[in-house]
Amino acid sequence: MTAALLMPAAPAISKPAALPDVQMRVTPTRIRVEGLSKRFVTRRADVQALDNVSLEIEQGEFVCLIGPSGCGKSTLLDIIAGLTKPDSGTVESDGKAVTAPAPDRMVMFQEPALFPWLDALGNVMFGLKLKPGLTKNDRLDIAHRYLKMVGLGGFEHSYIHELSGGMKQRVALARSLAPDPKVLLMDEPFAALDAITREQLYDDLQMIWAQTRKTIVFVTHNVREATCLADRVVLMSPRPGRIAQEFDIPLPRPRDINGAELSRYAGEMARSLKTVTDRSRQ
Amino acid sequence: MITSSAATMVASSARRTGIVVLFFTTLIGLWWLATASGRWSAVILPPPQAIAEYLWSGLLDGSILESTLVTMKRLLVGYFMGVAIGLPVGLLMASNQSVEDTVGSVALGFQTLPSVCWVPLALIWFGQSESAMLFVVVMGTTWSVMIATSHGARNIPPILGRAARTMGSQGFHRWTRVVLPASLPFLVTGMKQGWAFAWRSLMAAEIYVTILTGFGLGHLLHYGRELNAMDQVIGVMLVIVAIGLVADRILFSPWERFLHERWGTGAR
Repeated sequence: MTAALLMPAAPAISKPAALPDVQMRVTPTRIRVEGLSKRFVTRRADVQALDNVSLEIEQGEFVCLIGPSGCGKSTLLDIIAGLTKPDSGTVESDGKAVTAPAPDRMVMFQEPALFPWLDALGNVMFGLKLKPGLTKNDRLDIAHRYLKMVGLGGFEHSYIHELSGGMKQRVALARSLAPDPKVLLMDEPFAALDAITREQLYDDLQMIWAQTRKTIVFVTHNVREATCLADRVVLMSPRPGRIAQEFDIPLPRPRDINGAELSRYAGEMARSLKTVTDRSRQ
Repeated sequence: MITSSAATMVASSARRTGIVVLFFTTLIGLWWLATASGRWSAVILPPPQAIAEYLWSGLLDGSILESTLVTMKRLLVGYFMGVAIGLPVGLLMASNQSVEDTVGSVALGFQTLPSVCWVPLALIWFGQSESAMLFVVVMGTTWSVMIATSHGARNIPPILGRAARTMGSQGFHRWTRVVLPASLPFLVTGMKQGWAFAWRSLMAAEIYVTILTGFGLGHLLHYGRELNAMDQVIGVMLVIVAIGLVADRILFSPWERFLHERWGTGAR
């Protein structure tokens, strides 16, 4: 069923909003996932994390992957990043097969994963130093610019442990943006933050996305978060991990996480999520 | 407000210094009282001023300085050789399970061997030579450094390795720019332990083995005993303690400060 989803001739699945269909989209495909399956077998468990998952993401699109825990959304992100190898199926980024991590796809994790032996600037410089063709001054300029963009101008020489949780994630965001990747892969990056910090980051991320037009794949289990950020939300169901439903979010930007219209979308999505979760429990 | 808190800090540090001075004055005072009571002969327990006199004359005639230089040279050369071997082998152990299973178990075994036990073997292999001394120091250092490096590299948070991979860090870059600095907390501990083992084993070797190419502090201590010169024995012991403290300050304090500063570990 999921494989058929992306074929133009296949019967359309329920979409709450009538938005441009697959055929009508003009922007080129950035990431193409086809028939992806992945199974994790340990001594204690045997989980079909992904079962024949196919997905296309366009250049500049903001896609959220959502679903109950165990639905394989993080595994899917890891495979797109090239950090995990699938059992079968392919991932293409800009037409080239993905077999390993590459600087055109940067990843942000739930933990900031910053290097404690470097200061904030040093962390942002880390990826830049691995990018060829830049002088030291170029790198410094870029690093300073992105730290300012995430609102951390003046904190260049702070050590990591001196920063708050939100500031750490901001450094991590600057670090992933600095090498100018085409794609940003974000794995529940705000899940461990408090609500106030998170809401600030929704605003900032929307603004940064508007400025940079990166393709973003964002994993979350929070429907409001997904509704606030995404052009398109992909709902996944667990055991085995499959794509259950897709939602387009045609709301104007910038979006307010507490907006009434946004709540309506989020509510609808929450019901679908609940259905999927309940079904998986039976 | 700021001046008053600065004043409190000065006062508190003056108080701490006062306590330390008082403690050592009392200690030396008790010692002096014990020798002045006449219960023990000066051969067994010389008065504090005799030690001071020995140290002073030893500094003037250059014997203490010369021995210190001989010992420090052996120690530093051996120590850095030990680190130079232990560090890459440790990384190799962390990256390759077969190396860990084989070399790793050898390292673990030799690390539990008190390093002074290398002395007889070193003497048979190298004779009474500088090489024997060096060998003992290297053996004292390298296994601890090896094990600490491997342990550290295996215990870095996996998320750091993943983040580094996504940014394109791999191979040599990964090992030197990510794994090594990430395992620094373990490394410093291991290098300190290696230093302690090397220092102890060198002293033991110098006390038991006469080597004509240079008289180290251990020899000075040994001759103090042969001459029944208790002032020399205690004086040299104090010098050895002082060197240990200074080495700790110079070699490891900067690293520990770095760790506290960057990782935010430790109080203060």
